Amino acid sequence: MSPLLEVRNLTKLYPRVTAVDGVSFSVEEGACFGLLGPNGAGKTTTIEIIEGILPPSAGEVLYRGEPLGRRFRAEAGILFQKTALQDFLTVRQTLTLFRGLYTQGYDIDELLELCSLQKLADRDHRKLSGGQQQRLLLAVALVNDPAILFLDEPTTGFDPQARRNFWRLIESVKARRRTIILTTHYMDEAQRLCDEIAIMDRGRIIAQGAPRELVSSHFADVLIELPRADFTPAARALPLRVIEGTERVEITTDDIDQTLKALMAVHVPLRNLRIRPPNLEDLFLELTGKELRP
Amino acid sequence: MIRRLLAVWHARNLEFLRDRGSLIFTLLLPLALVLGMSFVFGGPERALFKVAVLTDDLGSIEHPFMIERYVDFIASDDAAAAVRKVARHQIDLLLDTAADGSRYWVNPDSPKGYIVERMLLQADPAAKRQPVSGDAVRYVDWLLPGILGMNIMFSCLFGVGYVVLRYRKNGFLKRLHATPITAFEFLAAQVLSRLGLILVVTVILFVGTSYLIGLRSVGNPALLLLIATLGSLSLIALGLTIAARFSSDELVGGLLNTLTWPMMLLSGVWFSLEGSPEWVRAIAKVFPLTHMLDAARAVMLDGAGLAQVAPQLGYLAITTLVFLAFGAWSFRWRTD
Repeated sequence: MSPLLEVRNLTKLYPRVTAVDGVSFSVEEGACFGLLGPNGAGKTTTIEIIEGILPPSAGEVLYRGEPLGRRFRAEAGILFQKTALQDFLTVRQTLTLFRGLYTQGYDIDELLELCSLQKLADRDHRKLSGGQQQRLLLAVALVNDPAILFLDEPTTGFDPQARRNFWRLIESVKARRRTIILTTHYMDEAQRLCDEIAIMDRGRIIAQGAPRELVSSHFADVLIELPRADFTPAARALPLRVIEGTERVEITTDDIDQTLKALMAVHVPLRNLRIRPPNLEDLFLELTGKELRP
Repeated sequence: MIRRLLAVWHARNLEFLRDRGSLIFTLLLPLALVLGMSFVFGGPERALFKVAVLTDDLGSIEHPFMIERYVDFIASDDAAAAVRKVARHQIDLLLDTAADGSRYWVNPDSPKGYIVERMLLQADPAAKRQPVSGDAVRYVDWLLPGILGMNIMFSCLFGVGYVVLRYRKNGFLKRLHATPITAFEFLAAQVLSRLGLILVVTVILFVGTSYLIGLRSVGNPALLLLIATLGSLSLIALGLTIAARFSSDELVGGLLNTLTWPMMLLSGVWFSLEGSPEWVRAIAKVFPLTHMLDAARAVMLDGAGLAQVAPQLGYLAITTLVFLAFGAWSFRWRTD
């Protein structure tokens, strides 16, 4: 079976920068695909080309094996990073407007319930809080019961409670076998929601796969974390793979006994030492040398 | 297609009706203008008076009045037409310098006519006043179609231009672009929403002013509505040609002003272009507003029928199509 969405060699050139540089991937029906990367990596440009909002400089996007067209517009649901709605409309009227643009989709009441907006239905959408606004925008994106849902940094700026609520909502969409394309710079979000991720940096995909496999394929190792103050010059002289942060130092190793012995030999205090398995954040750091979170 | 168009049309209507400020402004401004004008009676004062002289060749006439300054003399060889223009405030006085003594026609209801008459009688005390046949038209009767037309023009150009610009700038257009709606459907919904609004407001103003100051309208109201509809469509479409593409407030504001001011001055809102230089009238003929006002005045003041205003209606219809086609062709969903 051919994939629901296929992206081939997408490139977007601007006069001074190459925002997207030969990105290819495909997404199976029912999967959640995450585009991960720091701000400015080209995630939004990539997703907006796939949504048909921006024209690519080169490359193509196939939906159900065909170039983007009427069918795609009718079946896609999109949540932009920033979306303005028409002024002076209530939540219900906003949804009615968008529902009117599609021939198929949810009843407005179903949608209000799905996104927990029942109590806000008659409120002017401009008087909603940030999290409520985003739930409304998600409802707008879901109004046609889309086969493929695009979410561009959906939880940026949320408090932890609101993020968790939003994730639960997305998981309920996933449970109905809808395909999701998500961009984020939050590792926990990608790890929780995505079946497959692609890590982007400077317009390219630098690693791709299921979150767990990606991490284990790049790290056979574990990480040893030490407070920077405890990492003495003598320890620095040891032949270790080290990444120095501002507060802490991370040592990557595949032989933890050996490394600990070496550290003890130069009298590094082990009181505040921590050993943990690597995560996506470490993978990103390893691949790009950059912190993922801004 | 109709379903999507209606969804956007309905939402736009709701948005406008809830925006109390614009709603009140749209209704009150022209009403205040008409009332103000009717109280001031004379309208904007200009030093120039227009006097038609019954002759083929102005240079051949010698008359003591013709050395007056601030008077614009126009040759006219059709006495009946010239008398009607006096009645319609298009010229202030008509002079016939016959050998057996001068005769003149003046609208007793015209303040400027009164002054020119005084000047004429100073120069030629023997001149005989002739009755103006048919009913004289008050300046306010002549002015009202102009004011309504001006209101329609502003409402069309700014109402549509800035709304589409705002949608584009805040990203609402981008969001719509991600749905199955087409540029044509979106633009048609905007045009129809604004057209409905303008027609309702214009009818309210029309009925309101006729009640308040006894408006003269002898023509067919349905024909007037048709003229207002086609005129509004042409002006809305003109607004769309500007709003279709640009994303800068200053640029769009500047372009809209560049269009509205010449129309306000040259389309015959405030004063007739009778006797103006040929090139000024040629420019005025380009503006849709000129044709809408010509047709509306012909119907309201002279009771013209469909056949008489067909050229103007045709011009308005053609410009509507040309502007709309250009607007749809150059339309941009996103800011560049």
